Amino acid sequence: MNDKSHTTKPHVIPQKVYLTVAAALMALTAVTVGVSFIHLSGWNAVVAVEIASVKALLVAFIFMHLWYDKKIYLVIFSVALLFLTVFIALTMFDTLRRGDIYTVTDQPIEKNAVIYKVRQADFLAPIPAEDSLVLDSTESP
Amino acid sequence: MAEPHAHSHPEHLEHHFSDAEQQRESAKMGMWIFLLTEILLFGGLFTAYAIYRSWNVEMFINAHRFLDIRLGTLNTVVLITSSLTMALAILSIQLDDREKSIRFLVITLLLAGVFLLVKYFEYSHKFHLGQLPGKYYTFTGVEGTNPHIFYSIYFTMTGLHGLHVLGGMAAIIWILIKTVKGKLSSAYYTPMELTGLYWHLVDLIWIFLFPLLYLIG
Repeated sequence: MNDKSHTTKPHVIPQKVYLTVAAALMALTAVTVGVSFIHLSGWNAVVAVEIASVKALLVAFIFMHLWYDKKIYLVIFSVALLFLTVFIALTMFDTLRRGDIYTVTDQPIEKNAVIYKVRQADFLAPIPAEDSLVLDSTESP
Repeated sequence: MAEPHAHSHPEHLEHHFSDAEQQRESAKMGMWIFLLTEILLFGGLFTAYAIYRSWNVEMFINAHRFLDIRLGTLNTVVLITSSLTMALAILSIQLDDREKSIRFLVITLLLAGVFLLVKYFEYSHKFHLGQLPGKYYTFTGVEGTNPHIFYSIYFTMTGLHGLHVLGGMAAIIWILIKTVKGKLSSAYYTPMELTGLYWHLVDLIWIFLFPLLYLIG
């Protein structure tokens, strides 16, 4: 039986790689601060998040060794980012479009549908005033 | 009691692992799964941020002007530097340079302290002005409706991040003691590696918090 603990040496990344990445992170910080003072008519947030993403990938791949390690750790990290994207994207589709449904007025999709033929007059009649829209009202004539 | 097997185990190897490499990889996978839950924890807050910013575009721009960009930038530089020194502490222990590793860990710890100190000054200034979350908000200088929402998000996100910095400091102190006692070496430095991963994630989250809170439009 061979004891691997004495034969397996850690994967050592040279010091200059860490220093270079740190310098790049500092430079990108300067860029993102600088860009924030320039008005990009609505694109500032996009640029800021993109620069932050580049910085985050540098930290993850080099400082956190994802580039060099077994790929299973990269898979776990990617799954986190994937689900984060789903959360934010789906939520934004909802919240940014929610007002639209209130501007839609009711109208038949298929005017010749059976349901409209039976009670066509009721459905095409103007919407009654709000106070008469009481459900299960016993006072209805 | 007689050992059931003849070959010798290193001190750090637990008996339920077949070898040190398997033990190290299991620990790292556990750490990454924990980091995944951390990303999703902050993810919920980033989603809340996205919703409220999209509902209050102008107010967010007006309210964020009261954050000090210089202090935010200083803290970003401090955290990036501390990430670098953490990485160098691990590099030093990989090369069995214990003295250097201890020195880098101490610098990392000090930088974490500087980060929290700057945050303390920022917070106390806002407390003084009444720029507080929710119903405690009394400041009148922000144009736009419901500026307290911005400060609710600001304090929740930076507050939770600050707690993570505190947690990271506790972890760094723990591995600092381990390193001083000589328990870590190039053959076994998993606790330091995992602490490093946690610390880099704290840095990574701040990398997003900084532009989203301090550098809006």
